Amino acid sequence: MSFLEIRGLHKHYGPVAALAGVDLEVASGSRTAIVGPSGCGKTTLLRLIAGFEAPDQGRIVLDGEVLANGGAAVPAHRRGIGVVAQDGALFPHLTIGDNIGFGMGRGDDKRAERIVELAYIVGLDKAILKRRPHELSGGQQQRVALARAMAMKPRLMLLDEPFSALDTGLRASMRKAVAELLEAAGITTILVTHDQAEALSFAVQVAVMRDGKFSQVGTPRDLYLKPKDRMIAEFLGDAIILPASISGGFADSPLGRIAVDTNDSRDVARIMLRPEQIGLKRTSREGMSGTPDMLFGEVTESEFAGSTCTIAVRLLNNFDPPDAAAIGNTPLILRKSGMDAPMVGEIVRLTVSGKAHVFV
Amino acid sequence: MQSAVDLGHAGSPSKMRRMPHRRVARWLVTAAVLVALLALLPLAFIIWVAVQTGWETVSALVFRPRVGELLVNTTLLVLLTVPIAIVLSVALAWLTERSDLPGARLWAWLCVAPLAIPAFVHSYAWITMVPGLHGLWAGVLVSVIAYFPFLYLPISAALRRLDPALEDAAAALGLGPWRVFWRVVTPQLRLAICGGSLLVGLHLLAEYGLYVFIRFDTFTTAIVDQFQSTFNGPAANMLAGVLVTCCFVLLGLEVLVRGEERYARVGAGAARNQQRANLGRATTPSLLLLVVITLLALGVPFITISRWLIAGGAEVWRLNEIGLALGQTLFLSLAGALLATVAAMPMAWISIRAPGPLQRLLEGCNYIVGSLPGVVIALALVTITVRIALPLYQTLFTILVAYALMFLPRALVSLRASIAQAPVELERAASSLGRHPLNALWSTTIRLSAPGAAAGMALVALGIMNELTATQMLAPNGTRTLAMAFWSYSSEIDYASAAPYAFIMVAMSLPLTWLLYVQSKRMAGR
Repeated sequence: MSFLEIRGLHKHYGPVAALAGVDLEVASGSRTAIVGPSGCGKTTLLRLIAGFEAPDQGRIVLDGEVLANGGAAVPAHRRGIGVVAQDGALFPHLTIGDNIGFGMGRGDDKRAERIVELAYIVGLDKAILKRRPHELSGGQQQRVALARAMAMKPRLMLLDEPFSALDTGLRASMRKAVAELLEAAGITTILVTHDQAEALSFAVQVAVMRDGKFSQVGTPRDLYLKPKDRMIAEFLGDAIILPASISGGFADSPLGRIAVDTNDSRDVARIMLRPEQIGLKRTSREGMSGTPDMLFGEVTESEFAGSTCTIAVRLLNNFDPPDAAAIGNTPLILRKSGMDAPMVGEIVRLTVSGKAHVFV
Repeated sequence: MQSAVDLGHAGSPSKMRRMPHRRVARWLVTAAVLVALLALLPLAFIIWVAVQTGWETVSALVFRPRVGELLVNTTLLVLLTVPIAIVLSVALAWLTERSDLPGARLWAWLCVAPLAIPAFVHSYAWITMVPGLHGLWAGVLVSVIAYFPFLYLPISAALRRLDPALEDAAAALGLGPWRVFWRVVTPQLRLAICGGSLLVGLHLLAEYGLYVFIRFDTFTTAIVDQFQSTFNGPAANMLAGVLVTCCFVLLGLEVLVRGEERYARVGAGAARNQQRANLGRATTPSLLLLVVITLLALGVPFITISRWLIAGGAEVWRLNEIGLALGQTLFLSLAGALLATVAAMPMAWISIRAPGPLQRLLEGCNYIVGSLPGVVIALALVTITVRIALPLYQTLFTILVAYALMFLPRALVSLRASIAQAPVELERAASSLGRHPLNALWSTTIRLSAPGAAAGMALVALGIMNELTATQMLAPNGTRTLAMAFWSYSSEIDYASAAPYAFIMVAMSLPLTWLLYVQSKRMAGR
């Protein structure tokens, strides 16, 4: 079923364990992102899959072919796996055209044609083919590296933080273009990145890595809304984490009664909301009176950033939760549209939409 | 890339941005031009003599069988020695830097160590061990052994600095290890191979003592013979003219092959550490190769010198005489090395940052002068000082200038290679951080090329320590360096008395060679 299968992969560098038992399954033609803080072992994993290094223990099987089993490994040049490195790793002594054609047979009479075609696919102008790598911008270099890797029709494409050297606008468009390109070519892809937004938007399967292991693997939506623990939750985006008691599908929290994604009952639990689940409605101090079932807050900070506005809201009343005192003084940090954001000092009514996630 | 000439003029569209950079460039160009003009003095002298001699005498002196014979000898020597030295050095450098050869660090050091032995001491060692050794193949053998470290050093440094991501990329594109080496690694070594080959080639053209021992005639030995036997100025000078032409050819070839590639890494971030290749069954033959090379390059001189020292006993150690020679040699070496490196700095910077026709011309001047045999430079300086500035004749100043002129290429090659590895972006970054251009240059490129400069200085000092003919002609009266003493004893066939000097020269060169080795390691950040 799965195209790439990794089982119990271990790799040590001296006393340091870079990988401490990694399992992963990747479906054919899919896109997987491996995301984690720097030094978590994600690049090591990529190098083992590519065949640049051999694992200490564990198996890597690609399309039924065993690539590595313990110390025995098929060398990189017999794997047919494409790699796009962080900075492109273009050969400085060759022209762009020769870089793209590097993996093709030199006697190939369709070589020149293929090079032009690949350049077109990755969105490079034909005129660029005679230039040298250092004359190209970072984005162009990445496109060349991608074309070069695609030239050998790889079974699997590995992208090692290929967008991290690009500026924000270019990064998003390159990411989209590359995803579409690889999708159209039907190439199974693994992306390694430390940027969680990149991982979530690029992949259909995301694996969060920490200390040489995967802490959670799943779809981007699952990971974002149902992270296993607080660290994953905060790594993947802003999170509001609250104490609560849960029973019968609801939680009683400082924000009142909120639907949760479990039917368990516990007196002491931690629930998580994404800030975008909390809605704000302008009101005034007068509007607060006589509505004991509603939640109000005062805006204490407002930071305008164009399309969005980051707002800190201090709760003015709360609903007798287990440890209300602690949470009562911590303002909620919310990100709202910059269009009509409330100003400092304004009173707002807070509403919660969707379900909160309960940490196990 | 921008040419040196362009830098001197106002470039209209990017005028604002280039202003400070241009001022530095102009400074450096001026300095380089001054150095080159000074370097041209001996060459001008040869031309001047030719003009004075008149065309008839010149053509009679140049177009004769003897010159043809010398030309064939010299050409064959270069054509055989350089390729052998390249192949050997690449193999040794790869084994010591990129394979899991047992004791790689020790072997790396042993591959540099032959530099500590002056070429004529190599020759002395071989001739006293195999007295019948002579002719072309003997010349090639001893030359390869004496000079391959000049190639090994830059090649191993370049191998260490290569970004392994490129090799990974090539492997991922389906290339096996051999093809990766041929298509990705070798092209990146081109600058190192070109620089090293040029250096070896120039040594072959300029060396005197080595070929006298094994009775192999080159232009240089013929020129010295002319001077020593007849003091026949024009004849020797015309031979020197042909030799200069050979240097032109060598230099042109190097420029042609080197091209104008960019060798700094493309892209951001620091390179990963390299992995060493597993030799497997090739380990034993590889070790054997290194053992054989070490025996030939270090074993033979070691055994010979030891044998003569034992034969000579205590009486060959005339301590007063030796102590004086030692002090003089040390002083001359260090002062000359400093002068040569400072003089080479502007030229090296321009050749990487602003290459162009002017730069190539200037650089060419330096190489040609550096490739002239010491005796030609010395004679030129003797004549010039005697005729124009008599007080400078046989002074410290003149001999140091001669050293600087002769050994400028050594300093230049090391400096140039290390500046090529320091990306120009760093210099610009420093400028944008508010540094004055000269200050920016100092805190980035010069700092980064410091290991290269140190390596260059060590090479120059080594050269001066082992220099013979120019020292004999130019040094102030009463000077007797180690090389002079060694030469005068061994030409009297008093090999035993020469041995202590050979021993001291080697012993003194060893720390410098060690420094060279350590610096070249540090250059790669290890």
